[in-house]
Order: sequence, then C-alpha cells, then structure tokens
Amino acid sequence: MDDFLAARLQMAVSFVFHIVFACIGMTMPWLMFVAELKWIKTGQKVYLNLAKAWARGVAIFFAVGAVSGTVLSFELGMLWPKFMEHAGAIIGMPFSWEGTAFFMEAIALGIFLYGRNRVNKRIHLASGLMVGIAGVLSGIFVIAANSWMNSPAGFDWVNGQAINIDPVKAMFNKAWFHQALHMTIAAFASTSFAVAGVHAYMLLHHKGNDFHRQALRIALGIGTVAAILQPLSGDFSAKRVAELQPVKLAAMESLFKTAQPASLVIGGIPNVKEEKVEYALHIPKLLSFLAHGDFNAEVEGLDKTSKENWPPVAIVHYAFQLMVFMGILMMGAGILFLIFKFWWKENLDKRWWLKTMVLLTPTGFIAVEAGWIVTEVGRQPWIIYGIMKTSDAVTPMPGIQFSFYTITFIYILLTFLVFWLMRRQILAIHMDHQIFNTLD
Amino acid sequence: MIEILIFVLGIAVLLYVLLGGADFGAGIIELFSGKKGIDIISKAIAPVWEANHIWLILAIVILFNGFPFVFTTITTYLHIPLFIVLLGIVFRGAAFTFRYYDTIKDNTQKYYTQSFRISSLITPFFLGVTLGAIILGKIPANFDGTFYDIFISPWFNFFTFTTGIFLTLLCGWLAAVYLIGEAHDEESYLTFAKISRTFYILLILSGLGVFVVAEMYELHLFSRFIHSWIGVVSIVVATLTIPFLWRNIKRGNSVQTRLLAGIQTACIIIGWFAVQFPVMIFIADGSHLTVWNSKAPDRTIDLLVYALIVGILLILPAFAYLFKVFKFEVNGNNKNSQSL
Repeated sequence: MDDFLAARLQMAVSFVFHIVFACIGMTMPWLMFVAELKWIKTGQKVYLNLAKAWARGVAIFFAVGAVSGTVLSFELGMLWPKFMEHAGAIIGMPFSWEGTAFFMEAIALGIFLYGRNRVNKRIHLASGLMVGIAGVLSGIFVIAANSWMNSPAGFDWVNGQAINIDPVKAMFNKAWFHQALHMTIAAFASTSFAVAGVHAYMLLHHKGNDFHRQALRIALGIGTVAAILQPLSGDFSAKRVAELQPVKLAAMESLFKTAQPASLVIGGIPNVKEEKVEYALHIPKLLSFLAHGDFNAEVEGLDKTSKENWPPVAIVHYAFQLMVFMGILMMGAGILFLIFKFWWKENLDKRWWLKTMVLLTPTGFIAVEAGWIVTEVGRQPWIIYGIMKTSDAVTPMPGIQFSFYTITFIYILLTFLVFWLMRRQILAIHMDHQIFNTLD
Repeated sequence: MIEILIFVLGIAVLLYVLLGGADFGAGIIELFSGKKGIDIISKAIAPVWEANHIWLILAIVILFNGFPFVFTTITTYLHIPLFIVLLGIVFRGAAFTFRYYDTIKDNTQKYYTQSFRISSLITPFFLGVTLGAIILGKIPANFDGTFYDIFISPWFNFFTFTTGIFLTLLCGWLAAVYLIGEAHDEESYLTFAKISRTFYILLILSGLGVFVVAEMYELHLFSRFIHSWIGVVSIVVATLTIPFLWRNIKRGNSVQTRLLAGIQTACIIIGWFAVQFPVMIFIADGSHLTVWNSKAPDRTIDLLVYALIVGILLILPAFAYLFKVFKFEVNGNNKNSQSL
C-alpha cells in the first residue's frame, strides 16, 4: 500500500471512530439532563435511575472520545505536517476554544457523576446542563476548522505561503454555519435514535418495563425533533455547497455536464469513464430548485472542473444517497411517532413499533458516517479547497501502512469492547438494581 | 505577548507533568502496591483523570497554533515515539475507564488492569524519549539520509532513553507522593510511603544520569544550567528541598510532601525552560528553531493569548471547584494517616 493512501485511510479510520463518540458526547448529556430534570420535577425514582444509567454511558463514551480526539490532534501533524505548518497559524484558534469547552465539559461531568451527594441540588443540575452545552460548543468549534478546509478564508496565498493571516475571518468562514448546524442536529438525531433502539430492544424482552419505556420516550422525543429539522438544514447546506463548492455538489449528484435546468438524480451507478449515471431515477428540474431555489437555474457540472481535480465521484455519490436515505427513514419514523403520540397512543407499545425502532438503531450513525464521507471525500483532491492538494500535505515518513494497520486494529478492538461493555451495562440493570447506588 | 504564550505553555507542561504524570504514575505504582492499591488508585483518579489530560491538549494547541513549524517538526521526525505515546494514551484511557465503569466485576478486570499498567509505564517513557530528542539536537535539518538517520536516530539513543526513564520515575514518584494522602489505613499508607521513598532515590539517581549521559553526547547540559541564573536557582532549590521532602514522607505529612514535590517538579520544568529559551528545538546542523523564528504571525499569537486568558478565567475556578469538592473531602476523611 502506498504511504499516501495509508495516511488517508488512517485519518479516515480515526475520524470514523471518533465521530461516533463525539456525537454521543454532544447528545447523551442532554438525555441525561432531561432525565435528571424530570426526576427533580416529578420525584419518580425511575427518572433518577435513568439519569444515573445514562450518566455512566456518557462517562464511558466521553473517555473514549477524549482519547481518540487526542489521537486526532496529533495525527493532524503526524500525517499532514505540510498542512498543519500552514493551517496551524490560521485555524488553530477554534481549537483553543474547543479545548476550553472540552475542559469545562470534563469538569462538569466530573461534578455531575461524582457530586450527587456532595454538592447542592441546583449546582448538580447546572453541572449536567453545563456538560451538554460545553459538549455542543466543542463540536461547533471543531467544525470551524473543517469548514475552513472547505471554504478557506482569512489569509492570502502568495507563492506557497499564507500571508495577511486573520484567524477571526478564518474561523467565521462561509461554510461554518451550515456545517455546524447540520452536524449538531446529526449528532442529536443519530445518538437519540441509537439510544431509543437499545431501549426498544430491551422493552421487547422486558415487556412494560417502566425504565425502558421512559428512556425510549425521552430519546425518541429528542430524536424526532432532530430528524424532522435535519432535512431543512440539509437543504440549506446543499444550497451553500452549490455556491461554495460546486464540484462537490456535482459529485454528490453525479452531474457530469452542466445543465439548465438540472434534474435530481436518485440512486444509480455513476460511470466516470463515460461520464454518465446508469440506472438512476431522474426528477426533472428538482436539482435546480434544491441547489438554487429556482426550477430553471443552471447547476454547474463536473465538466466545469478539469478531471484531475475531481473528487472520487462514485464514493461521494453513493455516500450522499445513503445519507439522504437514512435521513428520510428517521424523519418518517419521527413523523409516525408524533402521530402516535398525539392521536394514536396505543401504537407506541405495539411490538411492531418497537421492532421498527430496533431496526432504526444504526440509521443515524450510518447517516453521520456517510455525510462525513461526502464532505471529506467530496473535497478531494484538496486538503485546503483550491489552495493545497492533499498529496502535497502528506508526511515524508515511509511505512505509514503499519501505523494504519495498528490504528485500525485498535479501533476495531475498542469498538467491540465498548459495545460489549454497554451490553453488560444494560443487562446488569435487570440483574441487580444495586448498581444505581454505586456511583453515590 | 509571546512571553505570555511561553508562560502558559510552561504552565500547561508543568500541570501535565504534575497531574497527568501522577495519573500515569498511578498505573505504575499499581505494579507494586497489590490489590488494595487498585481501589485507592481508582477512587483517587477516576473523577479527575480526563481533566488532567487536557493539559496535554492545551500544550499541543499552543504549539500548532502559535508555533506550527515546531509542531510539525516534532510530529514529522519524532513520529515513531509519538505514535507509541498515542497508543499508550488510548489503551490507558480505555482500560481505566472500562475497568472502572464495568458494572460486572469479573476476571475481565484482570485484562483491563494489565493493559492499564503496561500502557501507564510505556507512555511516559516514550514521552520522555520525545522530550529528550527535542533537547538532544539530533533532529536532521532535511530529508537527506536513510530512514534510520531521519526517523530513528534522533530519538533512539542513550540520552533519550535516560530522559525516558527519568520521566517515568518522576511520574511514579509523583503518584506515590499523591497517594500517601489518599491512603485510608496504615498499611496502605506505609506501602505508598515506602514506594515513594524508593522511587525518590531512583529518580534522583536518574536525574544525575541525565546530566552524565548528556556529557557523553557532548550536550553540556550542566554548564548550560549554571550559565543561567534561573537554572542555578532551580537546581539549588530542588537540591536543598530534598532532605525536607524525605523527612515529610517519613512523618506522613501529606500536604507538605505534595507541596514540596510540586515545587521540585516545577524547578525541573522551569529550569529546563530557562536553559532552553529561546530555543524550542535544537537541529542537528547546529541551527535552532527558536521562539522568534518559528512563531506564528503576531495577530495569531495575540488572538491565541486572548483565547487562553478567557479560557483560563473560565477553567481555573471550575477546576479549583472540582478539586475542592473531591480532594479536600477525601483528605478530611483521612486524619488517621496524617497523624502517623
């Protein structure tokens, strides 16, 4: 395997792993906080148990996310030194804010987890809220660095050097808002649906168990809001990408030739050699509308860009289709949930509904990974869009394949361990209720 | 502005060595303290370990934002030891978390404990190796040469091994000193006191070793120290406090012991920074990456410093509160060990 490919794959594996923990770290504290709030309001013990159980989940995922995040901050320099050499001064600032937010999150989590009997109730509740706020903020700050790679700003590139550096402009780049919005909602949708799926599964095996019923209700409530909002933010993102990175949008849609009006391509197999999509469903004029808000607008195709600067079209196209499909599934489930909740309550306890929830467990995370592939692979061959090629940024160190294999092996192992650990955690709830007291 | 940045970098390194180091050390100490040690250690570090390791992230952020070329030089030429450090951090964090939060304590605990200890030992060693390589000045100026010349020899030598051992022992010793105050009964108190005395002797010897080996590599560390007044002060203070610290360990004064250990560690870090300033990395061809020739543009530095000041104003009170809630209460429960 050549070193460049190995470096890209290692980075990809590290992100694929980390992003799951980051999403959970952003969202799960909110679930925990809602449960805690309900406990304080209603005094029902089931909410207290729920808050405690979820807090343990937060701790495990937070810790793994913290170490995999540390790995990433080093990997930026270890795999892409030429990138960091130039980008560090421009885009380092959001990382220092992210560090602050992360610090606050760690401290607040420490107080929430271990302080239940040591600090007063109000501070304890506030610390739970703080975990959630800081988690979301740290995600938003990190996205600033990624969105800058998609939409570089805050410097002039002269003879291979960045001059007139303005980190504030760089941080408030044009892609930040839509990317941060889309990612934050994605974190809420994916985590909530995954949590809902787990509790739905437990409900299938422990019929009518109040703990899991309440858990499912809270998770699904948050997940529904996110799943219904997400297509709106997705539409907004698509319009921004059409403006900022037309070639990425063209790859997402496999639009080889500039068209006016352009039809929306659903599914299909892109044939890059012959520059066409086979077996796809075309909806006339819809892409023009989705990208520019006008059914007759021109949409720029891949032909406007020379072929050596195309991203891998097929990967981006498939990933995009997959993300949208998963998003639609979750939105559908969300709408059903609302209908059932307000007009057709008895369905919420039906087995088919619970089974549907179980099936939907991974959908959000599949969408997150696919979306991340769209944004990252869609930017190739650039590491800084239009400025620096990824191949020019890679480390001169040979043998990266070995670190790639090692990292891959470890992350697969950790994934299994975390799953196994969570499984034990959940099973233990039914074996012994004492565990809820061990954290006091 | 740049002075403030270097100051904060120094604080981050110091706190990482003190707090993160004690964390690593706790894993090392487990190797010697038996079953009972595990409980005390887990309880003592569980609430704070994640927060402790953010000092490392702070140092990294300062480097890649404020001194990007220094950061990429380190990550390029010292790729291999840093990679091992990363593996260590991942294994250690994961193993500790899994061990602590697993609801069912069966014999899987054994594997977590094993990985926790081994990675606690390996990580500070290779961190020390990395730091040693930065001081030693064998990092090449370009990519002429073999794989060994460029990517191995800068860190694979006796000097870096000595600094690796030194840092490992420092971590173990800091942990032992810290755990004296966490011990709830006489037996574990005596265990930690004994371990901390042993580690202290080894630490002092390895510290001397660093200076001796440095001479072998024509790195005149000692004369550099005595040519800087801060270097002299830090050596003198660190040396003069040795007997006090020794006596305090014997008497079981956990507060004074911790304080003195903190002062001695600060002397090491301050001395190192003072002797090295303004050089950040010594390069093999005799050139230097200094604070001045590798810093980011002023506007970046200014904004970074503002961000750090705001961040510190938010974090420090919260951090102090976290320690107040957990650490003082533990000490309060613990009078019998302090009166020994």
